[in-house]
Amino acid sequence: MIELTPLNLLGEAIVVAILVVPALSAAVLALLPGYRLSARLNVAAAFVNFAMAMVLFAARPTPGPYLLVDDLNVSLIVLTTFVAFTTSAFSASYIAHELEIGRLTPTYLRFYHAMYQMLMFAMNLALVANNIGLMWVAIELATLTTVLMVGIYRTHEALEAAWKYFILGSVGIALALFGTILVYLAARPIMGQGLDAMAWNRMLQAAHGFDPVLLNLAFVFLLLGYGTKVGLAPLHAWLPDAHAEGPTPISAVLSGLLLNVALYAVLRFKMLLAANADALAPGPLMVAMGLVSTIFAAFMLYRRRDIKRMFAYSSIEHMGIITFAFGMGGALANFAGLLHMTMHSLTKSAIFFAVGHISQVKGTQKIADIRGLTESHPVLGWGLVLGVVAIAGMPPLGIFMSEFLIVSSTFARAPGLALLLVLGLLIGFGALMLRLQGVAFGPPAGGRAPVEASYVPMFAHLALVATAGIYLPDPLVRWFQHVAALLGG
Amino acid sequence: MTRGLAFDISHLLAGGMVLLSFALLYQDRMSGLLRAYALHALVLSTSVAWQAYIQDAPHLYVTATIALAFKAIVIPVALHRIVMRLGIHRTIETVVGVGPTILFGLGLVGLSVAVILPVTAESDALAREDLAFALSVVLLGLLMMITRRNAVSQIVGFMSLENGLVLAATGAKGMPLVVEISVAFSILIAFIVIGIVLFRIRERFDTVDIHALDSFRGERR
Repeated sequence: MIELTPLNLLGEAIVVAILVVPALSAAVLALLPGYRLSARLNVAAAFVNFAMAMVLFAARPTPGPYLLVDDLNVSLIVLTTFVAFTTSAFSASYIAHELEIGRLTPTYLRFYHAMYQMLMFAMNLALVANNIGLMWVAIELATLTTVLMVGIYRTHEALEAAWKYFILGSVGIALALFGTILVYLAARPIMGQGLDAMAWNRMLQAAHGFDPVLLNLAFVFLLLGYGTKVGLAPLHAWLPDAHAEGPTPISAVLSGLLLNVALYAVLRFKMLLAANADALAPGPLMVAMGLVSTIFAAFMLYRRRDIKRMFAYSSIEHMGIITFAFGMGGALANFAGLLHMTMHSLTKSAIFFAVGHISQVKGTQKIADIRGLTESHPVLGWGLVLGVVAIAGMPPLGIFMSEFLIVSSTFARAPGLALLLVLGLLIGFGALMLRLQGVAFGPPAGGRAPVEASYVPMFAHLALVATAGIYLPDPLVRWFQHVAALLGG
Repeated sequence: MTRGLAFDISHLLAGGMVLLSFALLYQDRMSGLLRAYALHALVLSTSVAWQAYIQDAPHLYVTATIALAFKAIVIPVALHRIVMRLGIHRTIETVVGVGPTILFGLGLVGLSVAVILPVTAESDALAREDLAFALSVVLLGLLMMITRRNAVSQIVGFMSLENGLVLAATGAKGMPLVVEISVAFSILIAFIVIGIVLFRIRERFDTVDIHALDSFRGERR
């Protein structure tokens, strides 16, 4: 039994608070009229959440049957609350414009803000859940809130996107629940009935005695189920539509955060399997799915005509790379995977911030109609160029570093796989550069209205990504190394 | 009571659900489909109540009651009214013919038995066979969602799939949070599906045929 210290107690209060604050804010925002106030409140709530999440680094709660904060999830909680905070700031300026042009009504905005906080609640709950049933419930809730937000514009396209997302998401979530039940069945003979047999930290200690065949079967269901939410091919079909048709802040949160949360769930179960010597190695399955997603998405990048849809495919590509890295396992690949997860979140949400502003000033999302941005809107245009250069993996930015680490660590162990991955990366790189040229350079086309929005969220993210590429602070490196070791082979 | 009888009854009920899943697959009329679904939920409710009795787990009675009241009565009635109001009660368009669908369904049942039985050789007989039945119901629900074009029948497919999950969860003896997971989410999903998706689709398209939505592929605008 661990002794309770004041820090433990503080940690416990914080863990509860990062769940209660968004839930309460959602309730308040659902009732508040007036979008200016609710947009500000949304930002404030997101900031409070981020500040509290930072405290979790220092103050840890004692793991209980329902909630758990350990080294793996604390960095993700901080990342999630940070991006949620910057996105809420971006969203405040974005929705003002949407209201002006009449794409959203004040009633829908109220709903939008409430759902935004509900999504924060669901993602925080999924990250801190120790009970695998609770984690499933949280991810299901996150799916439902995003389904509603994707359909919020109520056009043909938005409704079809929401419907597709709902159907595929529910199928995924159903498969994941079946996998969760199988994990419980595997744990029950060892742990006995009740809450312990669903508490992840307890299961990890006893996983060596679980029935390996049941665990294998469970992992297949979990990988397919949560993999649908990660957007891994061939279960990705919902992702481009949902990104393209929903409000842009939601695309940023989907790509930057929700995909990570689903992948985090897969990682938890991978660790359970790794703790059981007789179970199948989960790595090769993840490597295969990751590689297929990367190469497939890289090819798909070429024929995109909608700018948000193109970056959605780029998200599939990067989630594939991250899944590949964790599938390879080992200290270096895990480290690179964690770094890539962080860098991709920051870069992709920055790109979506830029794209949101661009589609507002140009009045279109069609790539063909957006030209010469660096001339018509220099700051925005160069921001997008920087973001795309970063996401394509050019040195010296952060994503280059993580991709380099993934590729070089793979070359040492499986040169064939590394070649395939490099092929996927290069194909994706080519597509992004090709499209970037048209969008950013040449004679400008489309609207020239000035941008009435803050660039701070976008450039804050890009600055972090650029800094990380050149210099990673020592404590951060040690932290990631430690977590990478936890994740194991 | 002997263990044998307890097993036989729970297997009978779970097997009944698989059979009703097949009945859902070959319905070609909306009202028949909804009636078959109500029966599906009724059998689920009986099965959960039986599990509550033999496992001595009174909280499962809550799940059973809600399955009975909500899934077997409220939802079918509500869907029936929607279907009547939209005037789509006559026929259901299928993507694949009934014959091949049923054959494929048989294959799926065979698959789930082949997958589950060897895997769970060491657990108790109750769990393993219930689990095989439950997986069959889940897969048949998926099959139904794939082979139907109509939004209402896709929802029915999803709800039958959900029934399969509840069957699996209640069959896993002593699993915590079953009531919370099964009840809260089946209500929430049904609420959202009926209240919002259907409502919005009708408002915008005057049809609930998903085929009408397929005109959009996102790339040709």
